[in-house]
Parts: sequence; C-alpha cells; structure tokens
Amino acid sequence: MSVTTEEQKAANKALIDEVLKAYPEKTAKKRTKHLGTYEGGKPDCGVKSNIKSLPGVMTIRGCAYAGSKGVVWGPIKDMIHISHGPVGCGQYSWGSRRNYYIGTTGVDTFVTMQFTSDFQEKDIVFGGDKKLDKIIDEIQQLFPLNKGISVQSECPIGLIGDDIEAVSKKKSKQYDGHTIVPVRCEGFRGVSQSLGHHIANDAIRDWVFEGDTRKEHEFESTPYDVAIIGDYNIGGDAWSSRILLEEIGLRVIAQWSGDGTIAELENTPKAKLNVLHCYRSMNYISRHMEEKYGIPWVEYNFFGPTMIEKSLREIASHFDDTIKANAEKVIARYRPMVDAVIARYKPRLDAKKVMLFVGGLRPRHVIGAYEDLGMEVVGTGYEFGHNDDYQRTTHYIKDGTLIYDDVTGYEFERFVEKVQPDLVGSGIKEKYVFQKMGVPFRQMHSWDYSGPYHGYDGFAIFARDMDMAINSPVWSLTKAPWRQAA
Amino acid sequence: MSSLRQIAFYGKGGIGKSTTSQNTLAALADMGQKILIVGCDPKADSTRLILHAKAQDTILSLAAEAGSVEDLEIEDVLKVGYKDIRCVESGGPEPGVGCAGRGVITSINFLEENGAYEGVDYVSYDVLGDVVCGGFAMPIRENKAQEIYIVMSGEMMAMYAANNISKGILKYANSGGVRLGGLVCNERQTDKELELAESLAKKLGTTLIHFVPRDNIVQHAELRRMTVMEYAPDSKQAGEYRTLAEKIHANAGKGIIPTPITMDELEDLLMEHGIMSAIDESQVGKTAAELAAA
Repeated sequence: MSVTTEEQKAANKALIDEVLKAYPEKTAKKRTKHLGTYEGGKPDCGVKSNIKSLPGVMTIRGCAYAGSKGVVWGPIKDMIHISHGPVGCGQYSWGSRRNYYIGTTGVDTFVTMQFTSDFQEKDIVFGGDKKLDKIIDEIQQLFPLNKGISVQSECPIGLIGDDIEAVSKKKSKQYDGHTIVPVRCEGFRGVSQSLGHHIANDAIRDWVFEGDTRKEHEFESTPYDVAIIGDYNIGGDAWSSRILLEEIGLRVIAQWSGDGTIAELENTPKAKLNVLHCYRSMNYISRHMEEKYGIPWVEYNFFGPTMIEKSLREIASHFDDTIKANAEKVIARYRPMVDAVIARYKPRLDAKKVMLFVGGLRPRHVIGAYEDLGMEVVGTGYEFGHNDDYQRTTHYIKDGTLIYDDVTGYEFERFVEKVQPDLVGSGIKEKYVFQKMGVPFRQMHSWDYSGPYHGYDGFAIFARDMDMAINSPVWSLTKAPWRQAA
Repeated sequence: MSSLRQIAFYGKGGIGKSTTSQNTLAALADMGQKILIVGCDPKADSTRLILHAKAQDTILSLAAEAGSVEDLEIEDVLKVGYKDIRCVESGGPEPGVGCAGRGVITSINFLEENGAYEGVDYVSYDVLGDVVCGGFAMPIRENKAQEIYIVMSGEMMAMYAANNISKGILKYANSGGVRLGGLVCNERQTDKELELAESLAKKLGTTLIHFVPRDNIVQHAELRRMTVMEYAPDSKQAGEYRTLAEKIHANAGKGIIPTPITMDELEDLLMEHGIMSAIDESQVGKTAAELAAA
C-alpha cells in the first residue's frame, strides 16, 4: 500500500497536531515551530532550531561541558583533560564515547582515564585556583609523558570567578612552555552541547594555534597533506576513513580529534586541505584556518558507498590528476565488496522505514547508507543542530520527511508509535523505550558497541548491524499470547 | 526555645552597622540578655568591639584547614566576649576569589546543626553591605532572622540601599516569616536628616526605631576596640544605645512586611524635602559644559 507524498504530508500534519494537543498552550505554541514536514525544494527543513529546551519536557540534549570535554577535547589522546569542579560531571562523562585510540593508557595516552579536581565546599568558598595549581603539579609528576593539559570548566568555575587562565599561563611557564589550555565550557552556557563545541574550537585557536606554549614539531610538507576534521573515531571510524584518503594518495597529517594528538593539532595549519566530517562541532576551527592560513575546507560523507564515492571525487578534485585517477581506482577496487554487501543485505532490508534522532552530522549523513541498502528514512531530527544543519539536510531527505528538532521524549514516542518504522536510530536513553514497544533499534551515537561505520569497511558492518536489529527472530516472539490471532 | 529572638542588621557598606549592632547588643547584654553574634562579613570584623580583637579563627578558615566544616566542633569557633556575649565569625575568602555567599550559607548551617543557638535569648546576624546574592540573603530566609533592622542615614545612597534591602525582605516575607523591624538612623549630619529618615520609614510602612546622634566618643571607644557601653557606660551616647536596645527589645513581633518604593518615588521624596531640586527632564544626561552652552 503506497502513500502519495501529499497524503504523507497530511498524515504528518495530523500527527504533529495530535501530539501538540497534549501540551499546555504556551508549550504547544513553542514546540510547533520545531516540528514539521520537509517541503521539497525549500532551502531548509522549515523548523526552528538552536533554541532553549522547554521546562517540563524530556530533552535529549547535553551541556556545554559535554560538548567541549566529551566531544572535542576528550579524544585528544596524549593530553590530560581535567574535569574542573565537583566530581559528578567527571564521573558521568567518564568513558561515555567510544573514541578508540592507540597507545599505552596511563603512560603516553589517557583517553579512558578520568581526572577531576573533585571540588569540595571549601574550594567553592575560597576559590579553586590553588587546587588547580596543585593538580597540574601532580599530573606532571605522575604522568610525565603527557603532552598537554586541558582544564574543562564545570558550572561552579564560572559562578565563583576562578581565574583558570592565569593559573594555566603560570603553570605553562613553570613547565617550560607545556601546553595548558583553560576552557570556559561551563555547563550553564548556551542551550545545548553545541556552544561547548564552539568554545572548545575557540580554545584550540587561542591556546594551541596561538599562545606562548612550546610548539616544536619537525614537519616536512608534501603537496598532499590533509587533515581529518570532526571525526571522533567512534569504534574506529577515523581509521576506516583515513585508509581511503591514504589509498587515493593523500597524506593525513592530523585527526581531529579521535586518536589525535596535540602535535597533530599544532601541525594542522600546514595542511593543504581540511576535510570536514562533523560540520556542526568543527566548522568553527575550519573557517578560522581558512581565514587565517588560507586552508580550504571541504565537507565529506563516508557513510555508504554512494556518499563515499561522491566524497572521494570531491576531495580528489582539490588535487592533481594523479589523485583524481587514484580516487577512481579506489572506487573501482571497492566496488565488488560493495556489490557483495548490497547483494547480501538489500533483499533483507529493502523498503524498510527508518526514523532517526541523533547529534551533530548523523541525522543527515547516514541517510545515504540506508538508501544504499534500499531503506527509506521517513523522519529525522537534530539534538542541537542549527539552521545551517537543516539547510544541509535538504540535500539528503525526500519531500514529505517528518522533521523534529530537539525532540522531546513524549513526541518521539508518539511519532514512532504512529509512524511504525521498521527501525529507530537514536541514543542509549531511547533504546529500551522503543525496544519495549517492539520496534527494532540501533544506537547511532556509539554504534551500539559495534563499528566502525565510516568508509567501505564500515559500510559492511553497518549493513550487518541493521540487518541484525531488524531481522532478529526476537521480534516474532514479542506478541503477547492473549493477543495472538485465534 | 520559643523565646529565642533572631534579628539581623543590614545597611549600606560603611554606614556603621557593626558599630551600631555591637553597641546595641552590648546594651542588651547589660539588660541580662544572653546573646550570640553571627558575623556574616568575610572581613570578620562584626565582633571586634565585643572581643577586643579581630576574630582570627573564623568558621571558614578553620574548616579549610581541617578539610571540611564537618570536621569542626562548635567550641573551635565560639569566642566569648563582653558580658558573656558569644561571638562567631563566618569569615570567607580574600576579596576577588571564591564565593563568600556560599560561605555564609555553609557557616549558618554549621551553627544551626551544632546547637550554637541553644541557651541564648538573642541571635544577631551582621551582614555585609548589600544583599548581593542568595548567600547574603541567607539570614533572612525561613526560620532565620525574624526582624531586620536597617541601619541608614540621610544620604541618598544609604536610603537607596535601605529601599533595596526592603525589596529583599519583601521577597522572603511571604515564603518565610521575616519582617522589617524598623530603621535605625546613624546620624551623618546631612540636611533635614531626621525628617527624611522618618519619611522614608513611613513610605516603607515601618518606623524610625531610633535616631542615633553623631558623637566622637564612638570613635574613641572604637580605637580601643571597645563598645561605648563598655568604654564609657555613663556617657550620653551609651544612653542612646541603651534606649535603642530597649526599643528593639520591646519591638518583638511588631515587624512589618515592607512596601519598597521605586527609584522615582525615592527621588520625589528627596525633592519633597528640598534636598534635591526638581530636575528638568531635558537636562538629564547633559554635562555641566553642555548646560552652560545651552
């Protein structure tokens, strides 16, 4: 039974109206601006975004500290990132993203460790600068191979006016120009983790690119130097991306920031091209490098063969004919593998409907990968996207797609209940709600402890995982015995 | 402990809160009242005249040394001065760091939990200048001070501060039981000071409890780190404080919910008494040179 686009739009409108009825008038008036249906040909998705969540709803958003410590800085593996403030923020952000890295943890790399200043009452009353000073001494003594320290501010730091910049400068001087970066990512700033990304980008600009810290890296340029920007190496994503860039003849000089190092960050201004995956969290530093160092940047998408091919060609177009020819060779070489994956999984996944609700780039970037498997994304939305994300989304979605910005727990449940997709892709908080509703689910932040999903290798894993979720025999067992047809 | 009276002195910085409060409380002690003074100023000088010394061991400094406030005993922080008046100072960070407001909250909670209020007739809080944040409003929240005495003078900014403090009291008056006990005018010898103070009190819905005249003997006593009550009990000024103490003692339960006024009303008040001449609105924001040229 196929539905026309016009029927779909009418159904979406009725559904949104029904969902809004549950809210008080004022809330409904505000939420209605965040919910809609994409009208093909329009420059954006027709919803408002990057606005404060409403009291009383369950939002899926995080805070500025989460955006800085959890997303941008945390994966830089040879630095120690101090969760500066009371212990909770550090404890609950400990190891929450699967930023894979290579190194000896506790010796030269520290990503899965957690450092906190564990503020007590006296640190609030008398200020925490002395404690920060001491912690930096302890870090230097206990972990002498760390290549830098970042100070990730929790809320109280901004409230009591601690001067973490002065402490950072002083300690950096004391330790021979050691990189020490104060980051003003207090959780109360902004409306979501998005501002934390921006603050973290600015801190890299001001304290890594600029500033008086030691920056002594031997670097020999080649014409093919690129930096991967905005890949956090979830389950190894950056690695399965990097090999493709290397196979077409480029040299990856930095990974921002999954499996990345402070030296890579410092070398990035020498890149010939910045290739940007997560636009939302790192467009700021890409724009800065373009303005200041004249480095062009290009957005790419390594989810699914259609987008990978398009992206490889786009990236290669910034280089000479050798690279362009290499790109075609690489695309051709992976074609049999892609065909095999599609031949195996497309029959099992064809025409399955998907609803997404994720963070930075995925609400649009993964759509191509689903479509390569014959699936259809019928609804999508961003936790903390801005209007430029919704503009970019129009290149991926079909006319009539349901759009929900900063969706509330209630809205998302009702939407899924009514739309009845074959798969929901969102986060850990949503997973069990939908599985208990009998809807197959994949975590699309952590890849559900699987991955990588980027690149050709990642696509094979992605296809397997989606099949595993949707076609699991468990779903045939979920019908209650008393509801079985006689 | 139903007879325990909790009062607090607020007012613009430098108005003489600590001097007025210590002298008044010394007079109450002379009347046989058992008193506890809780200094809520990070400078820790609210009990200096009673103890003849600036308190060195504040709650917060000792807590920082010991690790946390839970590690302290009440005896560590309680000092006894003139006429057995018990004194504690909250203390706090040096200017420009940390959060002094949080310090006040920590200290008052510690005192309550450790029974500092047992066996006294009066608890008096002495709070710094303005109610700048929630921490400095702590003494006027529920189950803390029942009556607030605002120390003020005939100066514009002192009256402005008194009005602001009234706003703070109003905010907490409905959720808790705090009331405005009255104004205490500490004479600055400005024009028509008594008249003005009485007018402001009337506008705020309260009374001018007492007009404390200016007398150099206060400075003489203070140089010796003493209250006038102790330094010169027979002086005229000691009598003034005695009168104020008696009035406050008799004022139990007579506090009111204040009716703060707007800035415009406050300016009108000054004009009414001829302190400020009526301002032509066209002159607002003009420099003297501009006005001369016009």
